[in-house]
Amino acid sequence: MADKINNREVLFNPLSKNNPVVVQILGICSVLAVTAKLEPAIVMGVSVIAVLAFANVIISLLRNTIPTNIRIIVQLVVVAGLVVIVDQVLKAYAYDASKQLSVFIGLIITNCILMGRLEAFAMANKPWPSFLDGVGNGIGYAVILVIVGFFRELFGSGTLLGYTVIPQSFYDAGYVNNGLMILPPMALILVACIIWVQRSYNKDLQED
Amino acid sequence: MNKQSNTYTIIYIIILVVVVGTALAATSLALRGRQQDNVNADKMGQILAAALIAPEKGKVVSEFDRYITEQFVVNDRGEKIDGVRAFDVNVAAQSKLASDRRELPVFVCTTPAGDRKYIVPVYGAGLWGPIWGYVAFDENGSTIYGAYFAHQGETPGLGAEIEKPAFSSQFEGKNVFKDGRFRPIAVVKAGQQPLDGEDYVDGISGGTITSKGVGAMLSNCLTPYKKFLQNLNQ
Repeated sequence: MADKINNREVLFNPLSKNNPVVVQILGICSVLAVTAKLEPAIVMGVSVIAVLAFANVIISLLRNTIPTNIRIIVQLVVVAGLVVIVDQVLKAYAYDASKQLSVFIGLIITNCILMGRLEAFAMANKPWPSFLDGVGNGIGYAVILVIVGFFRELFGSGTLLGYTVIPQSFYDAGYVNNGLMILPPMALILVACIIWVQRSYNKDLQED
Repeated sequence: MNKQSNTYTIIYIIILVVVVGTALAATSLALRGRQQDNVNADKMGQILAAALIAPEKGKVVSEFDRYITEQFVVNDRGEKIDGVRAFDVNVAAQSKLASDRRELPVFVCTTPAGDRKYIVPVYGAGLWGPIWGYVAFDENGSTIYGAYFAHQGETPGLGAEIEKPAFSSQFEGKNVFKDGRFRPIAVVKAGQQPLDGEDYVDGISGGTITSKGVGAMLSNCLTPYKKFLQNLNQ
Protein backbone atom coordinates (compact mmCIF):
# COMPACT_ATOMS: atom_id res chain seq x y z
CA MET A 1 0.00 0.00 0.00
CA ALA A 2 1.25 3.44 -0.88
CA ASP A 3 0.46 5.36 2.27
CA LYS A 4 1.03 3.46 5.45
CA ILE A 5 -2.01 3.16 7.70
CA ASN A 6 -1.37 4.23 11.28
CA ASN A 7 -3.39 1.89 13.51
CA ARG A 8 -3.42 4.38 16.35
CA GLU A 9 -4.93 7.08 14.20
CA VAL A 10 -7.40 4.65 12.71
CA LEU A 11 -8.70 3.81 16.16
CA PHE A 12 -8.60 7.23 17.82
CA ASN A 13 -9.37 9.72 15.05
CA PRO A 14 -13.08 8.85 14.93
CA LEU A 15 -13.40 9.64 18.63
CA SER A 16 -12.91 13.34 18.13
CA LYS A 17 -11.25 14.80 15.03
CA ASN A 18 -13.17 12.66 12.59
CA ASN A 19 -16.20 11.75 14.67
CA PRO A 20 -18.86 10.11 12.51
CA VAL A 21 -21.73 11.95 14.19
CA VAL A 22 -20.52 15.44 14.99
CA VAL A 23 -17.96 15.90 12.22
CA GLN A 24 -19.27 13.76 9.39
CA ILE A 25 -22.90 14.27 10.53
CA LEU A 26 -23.85 10.63 9.90
CA GLY A 27 -26.30 8.48 11.83
CA ILE A 28 -28.25 11.46 13.18
CA CYS A 29 -31.58 9.63 12.87
CA SER A 30 -30.83 7.10 15.59
CA VAL A 31 -29.38 9.81 17.83
CA LEU A 32 -32.82 11.41 17.80
CA ALA A 33 -34.66 8.18 18.32
CA VAL A 34 -32.93 6.23 21.08
CA THR A 35 -31.44 8.86 23.38
CA ALA A 36 -34.46 9.84 25.49
CA LYS A 37 -33.06 7.48 28.13
CA LEU A 38 -29.46 6.58 28.90
CA GLU A 39 -29.81 2.79 28.96
CA PRO A 40 -31.13 2.26 25.43
CA ALA A 41 -28.50 4.73 24.22
CA ILE A 42 -25.75 2.57 25.75
CA VAL A 43 -27.21 -0.66 24.35
CA MET A 44 -27.58 0.95 20.95
CA GLY A 45 -23.99 2.19 21.08
CA VAL A 46 -22.64 -1.25 21.99
CA SER A 47 -24.74 -2.86 19.25
CA VAL A 48 -23.39 -0.47 16.63
CA ILE A 49 -19.79 -1.04 17.81
CA ALA A 50 -20.28 -4.82 17.48
CA VAL A 51 -21.98 -4.68 14.08
CA LEU A 52 -19.52 -2.16 12.68
CA ALA A 53 -16.41 -4.00 13.88
CA PHE A 54 -17.53 -7.41 12.60
CA ALA A 55 -18.92 -6.08 9.32
CA ASN A 56 -15.63 -4.26 8.70
CA VAL A 57 -13.61 -7.42 9.35
CA ILE A 58 -15.83 -9.63 7.19
CA ILE A 59 -15.89 -7.20 4.28
CA SER A 60 -12.16 -6.69 4.61
CA LEU A 61 -11.57 -10.46 4.45
CA LEU A 62 -13.80 -10.74 1.40
CA ARG A 63 -12.61 -7.53 -0.26
CA ASN A 64 -10.49 -9.19 -2.95
CA THR A 65 -13.21 -11.64 -3.96
CA ILE A 66 -16.21 -9.31 -4.11
CA PRO A 67 -17.36 -8.57 -7.67
CA THR A 68 -17.31 -4.77 -8.05
CA ASN A 69 -20.78 -4.47 -9.55
CA ILE A 70 -22.53 -6.09 -6.56
CA ARG A 71 -20.27 -4.84 -3.77
CA ILE A 72 -22.99 -2.70 -2.15
CA ILE A 73 -25.36 -5.68 -2.13
CA VAL A 74 -22.70 -7.86 -0.52
CA GLN A 75 -22.08 -5.20 2.13
CA LEU A 76 -25.81 -4.92 2.80
CA VAL A 77 -26.24 -8.68 3.15
CA VAL A 78 -23.39 -8.87 5.64
CA VAL A 79 -24.65 -5.89 7.66
CA ALA A 80 -28.25 -7.08 7.61
CA GLY A 81 -27.21 -10.55 8.76
CA LEU A 82 -25.17 -9.13 11.64
CA VAL A 83 -27.94 -6.75 12.68
CA VAL A 84 -30.50 -9.54 12.82
CA ILE A 85 -28.12 -11.62 14.93
CA VAL A 86 -27.58 -8.69 17.33
CA ASP A 87 -31.34 -8.18 17.53
CA GLN A 88 -31.90 -11.85 18.34
CA VAL A 89 -29.18 -11.86 20.98
CA LEU A 90 -30.66 -8.76 22.64
CA LYS A 91 -34.12 -10.34 22.67
CA ALA A 92 -32.64 -13.35 24.43
CA TYR A 93 -30.29 -11.65 26.89
CA ALA A 94 -31.38 -8.00 27.27
CA TYR A 95 -35.10 -8.21 26.75
CA ASP A 96 -36.04 -4.93 28.44
CA ALA A 97 -33.53 -2.91 26.45
CA SER A 98 -34.56 -4.58 23.22
CA LYS A 99 -38.18 -3.74 23.98
CA GLN A 100 -37.28 -0.08 24.43
CA LEU A 101 -35.18 0.02 21.28
CA SER A 102 -37.86 -1.85 19.28
CA VAL A 103 -37.26 -1.23 15.58
CA PHE A 104 -34.15 0.88 15.98
CA ILE A 105 -31.81 -2.09 16.25
CA GLY A 106 -33.14 -3.26 12.89
CA LEU A 107 -32.60 0.22 11.54
CA ILE A 108 -28.86 -0.03 12.23
CA ILE A 109 -28.83 -1.53 8.73
CA THR A 110 -29.66 1.88 7.32
CA ASN A 111 -27.15 3.72 9.49
CA CYS A 112 -24.95 5.61 7.03
CA ILE A 113 -21.90 5.16 9.27
CA LEU A 114 -21.87 1.45 8.45
CA MET A 115 -22.07 1.69 4.69
CA GLY A 116 -19.68 4.64 4.83
CA ARG A 117 -16.99 2.73 6.72
CA LEU A 118 -17.42 -0.45 4.69
CA GLU A 119 -17.19 1.35 1.39
CA ALA A 120 -14.51 3.85 2.37
CA PHE A 121 -12.27 1.75 4.59
CA ALA A 122 -12.90 -2.00 4.75
CA MET A 123 -12.98 -2.42 0.95
CA ALA A 124 -9.42 -1.10 0.76
CA ASN A 125 -7.71 -2.26 3.94
CA LYS A 126 -6.55 -5.37 5.77
CA PRO A 127 -8.75 -6.99 8.45
CA TRP A 128 -6.90 -5.71 11.54
CA PRO A 129 -6.94 -1.99 10.65
CA SER A 130 -10.53 -2.49 9.48
CA PHE A 131 -11.45 -3.94 12.86
CA LEU A 132 -9.84 -0.97 14.64
CA ASP A 133 -11.61 1.42 12.28
CA GLY A 134 -14.93 -0.26 13.05
CA VAL A 135 -14.36 -0.15 16.80
CA GLY A 136 -13.14 3.46 16.65
CA ASN A 137 -16.09 4.71 14.62
CA GLY A 138 -18.50 2.66 16.73
CA ILE A 139 -17.13 4.21 19.91
CA GLY A 140 -17.21 7.67 18.33
CA TYR A 141 -20.89 7.13 17.63
CA ALA A 142 -21.63 5.56 21.02
CA VAL A 143 -19.91 8.42 22.90
CA ILE A 144 -22.21 11.00 21.31
CA LEU A 145 -25.24 8.80 21.98
CA VAL A 146 -24.29 8.44 25.63
CA ILE A 147 -23.61 12.17 26.10
CA VAL A 148 -26.95 13.10 24.54
CA GLY A 149 -28.76 10.32 26.42
CA PHE A 150 -27.19 11.44 29.70
CA PHE A 151 -28.42 15.02 29.43
CA ARG A 152 -31.83 14.10 28.04
CA GLU A 153 -32.59 11.61 30.79
CA LEU A 154 -31.14 13.78 33.55
CA PHE A 155 -33.09 16.92 32.66
CA GLY A 156 -36.07 15.24 30.99
CA SER A 157 -36.91 12.62 33.59
CA GLY A 158 -34.68 13.49 36.55
CA THR A 159 -33.22 9.98 36.49
CA LEU A 160 -30.11 8.21 35.23
CA LEU A 161 -30.34 4.58 34.10
CA GLY A 162 -33.75 4.58 35.74
CA TYR A 163 -32.49 5.68 39.18
CA THR A 164 -33.73 8.99 40.50
CA VAL A 165 -30.80 11.38 40.87
CA ILE A 166 -32.50 14.74 41.27
CA PRO A 167 -33.50 14.86 44.94
CA GLN A 168 -37.11 15.36 45.96
CA SER A 169 -36.17 18.61 47.72
CA PHE A 170 -35.45 20.16 44.29
CA TYR A 171 -38.99 19.33 43.16
CA ASP A 172 -40.39 20.67 46.41
CA ALA A 173 -38.50 23.90 45.75
CA GLY A 174 -40.26 24.26 42.40
CA TYR A 175 -37.92 22.44 40.02
CA VAL A 176 -39.75 20.79 37.10
CA ASN A 177 -38.51 18.16 34.66
CA ASN A 178 -38.08 19.65 31.23
CA GLY A 179 -40.56 17.85 28.99
CA LEU A 180 -38.91 19.29 25.88
CA MET A 181 -35.84 17.19 26.68
CA ILE A 182 -37.58 13.92 25.92
CA LEU A 183 -38.97 15.14 22.60
CA PRO A 184 -36.83 14.48 19.51
CA PRO A 185 -35.95 18.12 18.67
CA MET A 186 -33.90 18.40 21.86
CA ALA A 187 -31.60 15.63 20.64
CA LEU A 188 -30.79 17.72 17.58
CA ILE A 189 -30.19 20.80 19.70
CA LEU A 190 -27.88 18.85 22.02
CA VAL A 191 -25.96 17.38 19.07
CA ALA A 192 -25.62 20.91 17.73
CA CYS A 193 -24.24 22.04 21.09
CA ILE A 194 -21.68 19.21 21.02
CA ILE A 195 -20.70 20.21 17.47
CA TRP A 196 -20.32 23.81 18.62
CA VAL A 197 -18.13 22.89 21.58
CA GLN A 198 -16.04 20.54 19.49
CA ARG A 199 -15.47 23.02 16.67
CA SER A 200 -14.48 25.82 18.95
CA TYR A 201 -11.99 23.41 20.52
CA ASN A 202 -10.63 22.06 17.20
CA LYS A 203 -10.11 25.21 15.16
CA ASP A 204 -9.09 23.26 12.05
CA LEU A 205 -12.58 21.75 11.78
CA GLN A 206 -14.15 25.16 11.31
CA GLU A 207 -15.38 25.90 7.82
CA ASP A 208 -15.30 29.36 6.30
CA MET B 1 -10.79 -16.32 -12.93
CA ASN B 2 -12.71 -13.34 -14.21
CA LYS B 3 -14.25 -11.74 -11.15
CA GLN B 4 -16.47 -9.46 -13.18
CA SER B 5 -18.18 -12.22 -15.17
CA ASN B 6 -21.87 -12.90 -14.68
CA THR B 7 -21.31 -16.52 -13.65
CA TYR B 8 -18.86 -15.52 -10.91
CA THR B 9 -21.21 -12.82 -9.64
CA ILE B 10 -24.21 -15.13 -9.50
CA ILE B 11 -22.34 -17.99 -7.82
CA TYR B 12 -20.77 -15.52 -5.37
CA ILE B 13 -24.08 -14.04 -4.27
CA ILE B 14 -25.73 -17.49 -4.00
CA ILE B 15 -22.98 -18.78 -1.72
CA LEU B 16 -23.07 -15.58 0.35
CA VAL B 17 -26.82 -15.71 0.84
CA VAL B 18 -26.75 -19.40 1.76
CA VAL B 19 -23.99 -18.81 4.33
CA VAL B 20 -25.73 -15.79 5.88
CA GLY B 21 -29.09 -17.58 5.82
CA THR B 22 -27.63 -20.58 7.62
CA ALA B 23 -26.02 -18.36 10.24
CA LEU B 24 -29.33 -16.57 10.88
CA ALA B 25 -31.31 -19.79 11.09
CA ALA B 26 -28.79 -21.25 13.53
CA THR B 27 -28.91 -18.12 15.73
CA SER B 28 -32.69 -18.10 15.73
CA LEU B 29 -32.89 -21.80 16.66
CA ALA B 30 -30.28 -21.46 19.39
CA LEU B 31 -31.95 -18.46 21.05
CA ARG B 32 -35.65 -19.19 20.53
CA GLY B 33 -36.17 -20.87 23.91
CA ARG B 34 -34.70 -17.98 25.86
CA GLN B 35 -36.61 -15.41 23.81
CA GLN B 36 -39.92 -17.16 24.41
CA ASP B 37 -39.14 -17.33 28.13
CA ASN B 38 -38.51 -13.58 28.13
CA VAL B 39 -41.75 -12.85 26.30
CA ASN B 40 -43.70 -15.06 28.71
CA ALA B 41 -42.05 -13.53 31.78
CA ASP B 42 -42.85 -10.07 30.44
CA LYS B 43 -46.49 -11.01 30.00
CA MET B 44 -46.61 -12.52 33.51
CA GLY B 45 -45.15 -9.30 34.92
CA GLN B 46 -47.88 -7.29 33.18
CA ILE B 47 -50.64 -9.54 34.53
CA LEU B 48 -49.23 -9.21 38.06
CA ALA B 49 -48.93 -5.43 37.61
CA ALA B 50 -52.71 -5.25 37.11
CA ALA B 51 -53.13 -6.90 40.51
CA LEU B 52 -50.72 -4.29 41.91
CA ILE B 53 -47.97 -6.83 42.51
CA ALA B 54 -44.52 -5.75 41.38
CA PRO B 55 -42.16 -8.74 41.47
CA GLU B 56 -38.41 -8.25 41.59
CA LYS B 57 -36.46 -8.77 38.40
CA GLY B 58 -35.82 -12.46 37.80
CA LYS B 59 -38.54 -13.58 40.18
CA VAL B 60 -41.46 -12.88 37.87
CA VAL B 61 -42.17 -16.50 36.94
CA SER B 62 -42.12 -17.84 40.50
CA GLU B 63 -44.24 -14.94 41.78
CA PHE B 64 -46.70 -15.53 38.93
CA ASP B 65 -47.04 -19.19 39.88
CA ARG B 66 -47.49 -18.19 43.50
CA TYR B 67 -50.19 -15.54 43.11
CA ILE B 68 -52.04 -16.58 39.95
CA THR B 69 -53.79 -19.56 41.45
CA GLU B 70 -56.18 -20.32 38.64
CA GLN B 71 -56.62 -19.43 34.99
CA PHE B 72 -59.45 -20.35 32.67
CA VAL B 73 -61.24 -19.23 29.52
CA VAL B 74 -64.90 -18.21 29.38
CA ASN B 75 -67.28 -17.31 26.55
CA ASP B 76 -69.53 -14.25 26.45
CA ARG B 77 -72.28 -16.18 28.30
CA GLY B 78 -69.91 -16.58 31.22
CA GLU B 79 -69.48 -20.35 30.73
CA LYS B 80 -66.05 -21.92 30.99
CA ILE B 81 -64.52 -23.24 27.77
CA ASP B 82 -62.48 -26.40 28.22
CA GLY B 83 -59.25 -27.27 26.50
CA VAL B 84 -57.84 -23.74 26.11
CA ARG B 85 -55.11 -22.36 28.33
CA ALA B 86 -55.83 -18.74 29.27
CA PHE B 87 -52.16 -17.75 29.03
CA ASP B 88 -51.94 -18.94 25.42
CA VAL B 89 -54.99 -17.06 24.13
CA ASN B 90 -54.06 -14.48 21.52
CA VAL B 91 -55.97 -11.46 22.85
CA ALA B 92 -55.11 -9.33 19.81
CA ALA B 93 -56.82 -11.78 17.45
CA GLN B 94 -59.74 -12.39 19.84
CA SER B 95 -60.49 -8.68 20.22
CA LYS B 96 -61.28 -8.48 16.49
CA LEU B 97 -63.89 -11.27 16.57
CA ALA B 98 -67.59 -10.83 17.24
CA SER B 99 -68.13 -10.99 20.98
CA ASP B 100 -70.12 -14.25 20.90
CA ARG B 101 -67.23 -16.06 19.20
CA ARG B 102 -64.46 -14.87 21.51
CA GLU B 103 -62.38 -16.91 23.92
CA LEU B 104 -62.09 -14.74 27.01
CA PRO B 105 -59.16 -15.47 29.33
CA VAL B 106 -59.48 -14.90 33.07
CA PHE B 107 -56.58 -15.05 35.53
CA VAL B 108 -57.49 -15.52 39.16
CA CYS B 109 -55.02 -13.88 41.49
CA THR B 110 -54.92 -14.63 45.19
CA THR B 111 -53.32 -11.51 46.65
CA PRO B 112 -50.89 -11.60 49.57
CA ALA B 113 -53.85 -10.49 51.73
CA GLY B 114 -55.81 -13.55 50.64
CA ASP B 115 -58.42 -11.86 48.41
CA ARG B 116 -59.37 -13.24 45.03
CA LYS B 117 -58.98 -10.84 42.10
CA TYR B 118 -60.08 -11.55 38.55
CA ILE B 119 -57.69 -10.25 35.91
CA VAL B 120 -58.81 -9.90 32.31
CA PRO B 121 -56.74 -8.77 29.30
CA VAL B 122 -57.70 -5.89 27.00
CA TYR B 123 -56.30 -5.01 23.58
CA GLY B 124 -56.96 -2.09 21.24
CA ALA B 125 -55.48 0.61 19.04
CA GLY B 126 -53.80 3.86 20.08
CA LEU B 127 -52.60 6.60 17.78
CA TRP B 128 -49.52 4.95 16.27
CA GLY B 129 -49.95 1.30 17.08
CA PRO B 130 -51.49 -1.26 19.39
CA ILE B 131 -52.19 -0.61 23.07
CA TRP B 132 -53.03 -3.33 25.54
CA GLY B 133 -53.39 -3.96 29.21
CA TYR B 134 -54.88 -5.96 32.04
CA VAL B 135 -57.70 -5.02 34.39
CA ALA B 136 -58.15 -6.66 37.79
CA PHE B 137 -61.64 -6.86 39.33
CA ASP B 138 -62.62 -7.39 42.93
CA GLU B 139 -64.68 -10.41 43.92
CA ASN B 140 -67.90 -8.44 43.44
CA GLY B 141 -67.22 -8.40 39.68
CA SER B 142 -67.68 -4.66 39.43
CA THR B 143 -65.05 -2.72 41.34
CA ILE B 144 -61.69 -2.37 39.59
CA TYR B 145 -58.84 -3.32 41.89
CA GLY B 146 -56.02 -2.32 39.57
CA ALA B 147 -55.13 -1.77 35.95
CA TYR B 148 -52.05 -1.95 33.80
CA PHE B 149 -51.65 -0.44 30.35
CA ALA B 150 -48.87 -0.65 27.80
CA HIS B 151 -48.32 0.54 24.26
CA GLN B 152 -46.05 -0.15 21.37
CA GLY B 153 -45.18 3.30 20.05
CA GLU B 154 -47.33 6.10 21.43
CA THR B 155 -45.78 9.57 21.58
CA PRO B 156 -43.42 9.88 24.58
CA GLY B 157 -44.73 12.40 27.09
CA LEU B 158 -48.21 12.42 25.51
CA GLY B 159 -50.02 9.22 24.57
CA ALA B 160 -47.26 7.11 26.13
CA GLU B 161 -48.34 8.41 29.56
CA ILE B 162 -51.04 5.71 29.64
CA GLU B 163 -48.40 3.28 30.88
CA LYS B 164 -47.63 5.47 33.91
CA PRO B 165 -49.23 4.66 37.28
CA ALA B 166 -50.55 8.24 37.34
CA PHE B 167 -52.98 7.19 34.63
CA SER B 168 -53.68 3.56 35.47
CA SER B 169 -54.16 4.17 39.22
CA GLN B 170 -57.18 6.36 38.40
CA PHE B 171 -59.09 3.19 37.57
CA GLU B 172 -58.80 1.78 41.07
CA GLY B 173 -62.13 1.74 42.86
CA LYS B 174 -64.22 2.50 39.77
CA ASN B 175 -67.26 0.34 39.11
CA VAL B 176 -68.31 -1.17 35.79
CA PHE B 177 -71.81 -1.91 37.11
CA LYS B 178 -73.72 1.19 38.05
CA ASP B 179 -77.44 1.24 38.91
CA GLY B 180 -77.64 -2.32 37.59
CA ARG B 181 -76.30 -1.40 34.18
CA PHE B 182 -72.97 -2.51 32.74
CA ARG B 183 -70.85 0.43 31.60
CA PRO B 184 -67.13 0.03 30.97
CA ILE B 185 -65.15 2.94 32.37
CA ALA B 186 -65.20 6.03 30.16
CA VAL B 187 -62.05 8.03 29.44
CA VAL B 188 -62.91 11.72 29.12
CA LYS B 189 -61.13 15.03 28.71
CA ALA B 190 -59.87 16.24 32.09
CA GLY B 191 -62.55 18.26 33.86
CA GLN B 192 -65.44 16.83 31.83
CA GLN B 193 -67.93 14.13 32.70
CA PRO B 194 -69.57 11.48 30.52
CA LEU B 195 -73.20 12.19 29.69
CA ASP B 196 -74.45 8.83 30.85
CA GLY B 197 -73.29 9.09 34.44
CA GLU B 198 -70.96 6.08 34.27
CA ASP B 199 -67.67 5.96 36.15
CA TYR B 200 -64.88 7.73 34.31
CA VAL B 201 -61.23 8.66 34.45
CA ASP B 202 -59.38 11.67 33.05
CA GLY B 203 -57.66 11.21 29.71
CA ILE B 204 -54.17 12.44 28.91
CA SER B 205 -53.83 16.07 27.81
CA GLY B 206 -52.22 16.05 24.38
CA GLY B 207 -52.88 12.34 24.05
CA THR B 208 -56.50 12.59 23.01
CA ILE B 209 -56.49 9.84 20.40
CA THR B 210 -54.62 7.43 22.66
CA SER B 211 -57.01 8.24 25.52
CA LYS B 212 -59.99 7.62 23.28
CA GLY B 213 -58.30 4.38 22.21
CA VAL B 214 -58.15 3.28 25.85
CA GLY B 215 -61.87 4.00 26.24
CA ALA B 216 -62.73 2.10 23.07
CA MET B 217 -60.46 -0.77 24.10
CA LEU B 218 -62.16 -1.08 27.49
CA SER B 219 -65.59 -0.97 25.92
CA ASN B 220 -64.70 -3.56 23.27
CA CYS B 221 -62.83 -5.98 25.51
CA LEU B 222 -64.72 -5.72 28.81
CA THR B 223 -68.28 -5.86 27.43
CA PRO B 224 -68.05 -9.59 26.51
CA TYR B 225 -67.17 -10.30 30.17
CA LYS B 226 -70.48 -8.76 31.32
CA LYS B 227 -72.18 -12.10 32.07
CA PHE B 228 -69.07 -13.54 33.73
CA LEU B 229 -68.71 -10.50 35.99
CA GLN B 230 -72.43 -10.50 36.77
CA ASN B 231 -72.22 -14.15 37.86
CA LEU B 232 -69.38 -13.29 40.24
CA ASN B 233 -71.65 -10.90 42.07
CA GLN B 234 -74.30 -13.50 42.81
